[in-house]
Amino acid sequence: MVIENRASLQKSRAAFLEQIDSQTKKIYVCGGTGCVAGGSMEIYERLKQLIEEKGIKCQVKLEKEEHGDHVGLKKSGCHGFCEMGPLLRIEPAKLLYLKVSIDDCEEIVEKSILKDEVIERLIYSRDDITYSVQEEIPFYKNQTRIVLEDCGQIDAESIEEYIAYGGYSSLEKCLFDITPEDIVKTISDSNLRGRGGGGFPAGRKWSQVKAQKDPEKYVVCNGDEGDPGAFMDRSIMEGDPHKMLEGMMIAGYASGAKEGYIYVRAEYPLAVQRLENAIADCHRYGLLGKNILGTDFEFDIYIVKGAGAFVCGEGSALTTSIEGDRGMPRVKPPRTVEHGLFGKPTLLNNVETFANVPIIIEKGADWYKTIGPVKSPGTKAFALTGNIVNTGLIEVPMGTTLRHIIFDVGGGVRGGKKFKAVQIGGPSGACLTEEHLDLPLDFDSLKKAGAMIGSGGLVVMDEDTCMVEVARFFMNFTQNESCGKCVPCREGTRRMLEILEKIVEGRGEMSDLDMLEELADTITATALCGLGKTAANPVVSTLKYFRDEYEEHIRDKRCRTKTCQALKQIYIEKYHCKGCSLCSKVCPVGAISGKIKEAFEIDQSKCIKCGACLSSCKFKAIKEA
Amino acid sequence: MNTMNNKKFMMIDGLPVAIEGEKNILDVIRKAGIELPTLCYYSVLSTYGACRMCVVEGKHGEIMASCSTPPRSGMEIKTNTPRLQKYRRMVLELMLADHCRDCTTCDKNFDCKLQDLAQRFGLKDVRFEPYSIWDDKDESSLAITRDPNKCIICGDCVRMCSEIQNVGAIDFAFRGSKMEVTTAFKMPISETNCVNCGQCAAICPTGAITVKNDIRSLWEDLYDDNTIVVAQIAPAVRVALGDEFDFPRGTNVMGKIVAALRRMGFDGVYDTATGADLTVIEEAREFIDRLENGGKLPLFTSCCPAWFRYAEINHPELYDNISSCKSPMEMLGSVLKERAKVNETGKKPKKTKVVAIMPCTAKKFEIHRDEFQYDGEPTVAHSITTIELANMIREAGLRFEEILPEAVDMPFGIASGSGMIFGVTGGVTEAVIRYVMGSAARDHLADISFTGVRGFDGLKEVKIPYKEDRELSIAIVSGLKNAENLIQAMQAGEVHYDFVEVMACEGGCIAGAGQPFVIGRAKPERSEGMYEADRLSNVKLSAENPVAEGLYANLLAGDKAHHLLHYK
Repeated sequence: MVIENRASLQKSRAAFLEQIDSQTKKIYVCGGTGCVAGGSMEIYERLKQLIEEKGIKCQVKLEKEEHGDHVGLKKSGCHGFCEMGPLLRIEPAKLLYLKVSIDDCEEIVEKSILKDEVIERLIYSRDDITYSVQEEIPFYKNQTRIVLEDCGQIDAESIEEYIAYGGYSSLEKCLFDITPEDIVKTISDSNLRGRGGGGFPAGRKWSQVKAQKDPEKYVVCNGDEGDPGAFMDRSIMEGDPHKMLEGMMIAGYASGAKEGYIYVRAEYPLAVQRLENAIADCHRYGLLGKNILGTDFEFDIYIVKGAGAFVCGEGSALTTSIEGDRGMPRVKPPRTVEHGLFGKPTLLNNVETFANVPIIIEKGADWYKTIGPVKSPGTKAFALTGNIVNTGLIEVPMGTTLRHIIFDVGGGVRGGKKFKAVQIGGPSGACLTEEHLDLPLDFDSLKKAGAMIGSGGLVVMDEDTCMVEVARFFMNFTQNESCGKCVPCREGTRRMLEILEKIVEGRGEMSDLDMLEELADTITATALCGLGKTAANPVVSTLKYFRDEYEEHIRDKRCRTKTCQALKQIYIEKYHCKGCSLCSKVCPVGAISGKIKEAFEIDQSKCIKCGACLSSCKFKAIKEA
Repeated sequence: MNTMNNKKFMMIDGLPVAIEGEKNILDVIRKAGIELPTLCYYSVLSTYGACRMCVVEGKHGEIMASCSTPPRSGMEIKTNTPRLQKYRRMVLELMLADHCRDCTTCDKNFDCKLQDLAQRFGLKDVRFEPYSIWDDKDESSLAITRDPNKCIICGDCVRMCSEIQNVGAIDFAFRGSKMEVTTAFKMPISETNCVNCGQCAAICPTGAITVKNDIRSLWEDLYDDNTIVVAQIAPAVRVALGDEFDFPRGTNVMGKIVAALRRMGFDGVYDTATGADLTVIEEAREFIDRLENGGKLPLFTSCCPAWFRYAEINHPELYDNISSCKSPMEMLGSVLKERAKVNETGKKPKKTKVVAIMPCTAKKFEIHRDEFQYDGEPTVAHSITTIELANMIREAGLRFEEILPEAVDMPFGIASGSGMIFGVTGGVTEAVIRYVMGSAARDHLADISFTGVRGFDGLKEVKIPYKEDRELSIAIVSGLKNAENLIQAMQAGEVHYDFVEVMACEGGCIAGAGQPFVIGRAKPERSEGMYEADRLSNVKLSAENPVAEGLYANLLAGDKAHHLLHYK
């Protein structure tokens, strides 16, 4: 089973590809977390059962050779179009079926597997145009998928498919055709920058680790994707785990490390399972372990599950956590490249960065630089969430504008509402507004605008979003996730949260805004780690662009979006009230009273602002302010 | 040629300051005469960088924590700018806002770094709401009290406990503003592996961890006409108490202590160094016995109660290696109790209570151990620290600086120089070596002091000849981490010793947690004070102490010596 050398790898690749090509139809059931939650695994099982019942020859694993016409049934990774899941792709027609249910399976097999018919109701349509080919759908057409290219179009649990489609050819190239120096040079020349948030040049990090004299080094992959609403790394780990593993192996070979660690959140059980599966497959084929492909190269990869602390995404906290200690960032220097995991030189990149590596090695630095801005090239995966039509996972070239992402890929704001702002970069990021819609999204441009790419979460907000509440939400997150080590972050964020809570509850004072700014300035300047230094960003940016909303909350005790419960008031307009008493019957707390056929009244001290009365009134006499 | 060119300089507030191997710019800044505020930086501990008070501003307005920024030649920093002032005040205000500010009734009033900084920065107003008090005090320990409401989470105690003492009884728990320093599963500290060394309390900048105060019950006994209260003063106390009354560091104020205790109503005042002489004699005899008769080696000392507790918890396998001798305090305590009992007269004899004045917090635990009971009661009734003694002197209104020195009481008024040096790391060993060498030691005192027993290295190794063909290999460690390293090496077969002296506190008893705070300071002055007491004593060897001779002839005759002076 072990692939002993280069020739045998190439031979296996050809054999696997031949098998794939012999499949007349390929069915990819989305096995991403979103679709699995939507029931895609039941759909997979149902399809398998139907195919058997109908006597169709089917191949589930490439290891089992099927001869003659047969179909392939696979679990793919996340397609990204999570809004429309569960998703199902059929090749070679490139059909993408949306919102598939168990009841659709029989019809799918009858029409689209046994015949070549398209089930119209399951395909995407917009503005009266239907799209049967996945790549034609605007959501996909407007993307540039490099890292996620195979995500959704390859069996996420099959190393054979990965190899068949050219997987591990970059590792092969590194081991046989080029030197470790060449690898580092290629990564440096490509200007690849770390996708974890900071945008540190990957090549510089690699060469620094390579230059360390200590013979014991480590490669660490940061899969601790903790931002609320971000799931790019999860999708890569779930959908195309080998791409990332290959990147880590190349990093190990280039830097001289023999061991790699993947730190992945325990909240990502599917990612853990797929990674475990992928690592076991690598061992089976001898792609991990000693004498990889018959060379002297020795490398192994271990998975460490994080307990869910956001701060463990910070490099030094992450390595400390792997070592078994409390995950807290430490002072630097020494930096991780010299003194990282177990006190040894450590090459630490995030999932998406590693997944870029095999592609850069394969296609070259010059090719890579043709995508996006030269100083910050390549693509970036974003998780699109919030009030947007197409929520999901996307990949666009660096430097793409927000407008393109939100309106062309994302399909615009949901429900025809007006766009208000977008929170970019998670809780450490900033709120950008309409004026930033044409800002190119890359590390440097965003930094200038006081924002950051972060790990790539994009939360779109419409006109009904209260920006003070948004700031409070993120501050609450940061405060809970602060490790508690340094004073400004531990105490300062708590005080900021306290003030924001006061404001949304209608107890704010104008001087609170100055205090927020003073605290933000101190925390940003003096906090120990990146989490603290960026903790105030959501507040600073919303204060900058939406100061009037803060002032309304404080001065007028009014929330224009009616989000803030405490500022909401529900009242009955006397002249419209017919005194039918329906509202007093639905009120769960008995806050409404009055005489029949006379105007009723709401006791504000009892009202819990649930809004039950609002919808019960047939005369529209109950109003909200 | 030009020395200026070979040196590295950095600019601090516009003035060039040489960089001479400092590992951070904080040390360079302090060398330049600027006292930057810090709450979590001690050179003996790892750099933690959490309080953010030591921030400085770089040329381009970058803010950095000086404790964790290495100096570079040509670096330009400012230590005092409007921004820095604003940040420091805000950080301080944030800390104060979350701190129980009952200063007047706090044990650390006037001795609190946080209070000190608040004064220094003129912080008169805290603009944030105080938080409700979230945790009860932990008063379970006999040695220390933890008050989480006063904790500023600087982590000094945590690092002290794990890095220096290798105990780790306390650590951080929870995240964000809920973070706290606590024990595993929030157990009472007395139920953990805490060894009562008290170094956490010594290093705590606020009143979050304080040494247990036993003054009140002691006053009660002193005022009780039916109780005879006798005191014994440990060697290290006499060279540290002066710090509290502005004497030059290391000044030996023994005579003043004796006088002050008498004024406060003590009926007898004795010197624990006399007890130390008994310890030297008993321990050296035990050592020689083991050497001659193939007993278990190495022999570990037993006089430090924190070490004793540490070994008991972590190394039960060493039980037989540890000397069966009681500590000097307990030896003298037993002798005092026995003598009182022998001399009892009348139908209703007065009760005698022994009070120990110690540099140590673990002694508060030791006196309650089952091994150290006399007639069903603790041999030593109270163990108070040097600081507690200072507070008693203040409470009594005595002007310590004006008190005329007096001599300790007979018949235990004589202690040898050997007993005196127990207060400093290496002292026990030096005293035992003198005993083992016998009368020959008298002519070789200087030689012994140069064998390597003196000094503040965490591990000192000494070799001395014993008989013709035997050389004794002796190790002296202070700081329990150093002790643990030695035990590990010993058990791995990497090293071999015949005798090992362990003191839990780095530097020995002079740096005990009951003493005025000394981390990184005052240790040399105090040890010099101890060695001076040795030089000035006319008896150098424990065995030649006439008091000891008399005791062995009478009170300790027969098997009484073993019964009273050994715990097993």
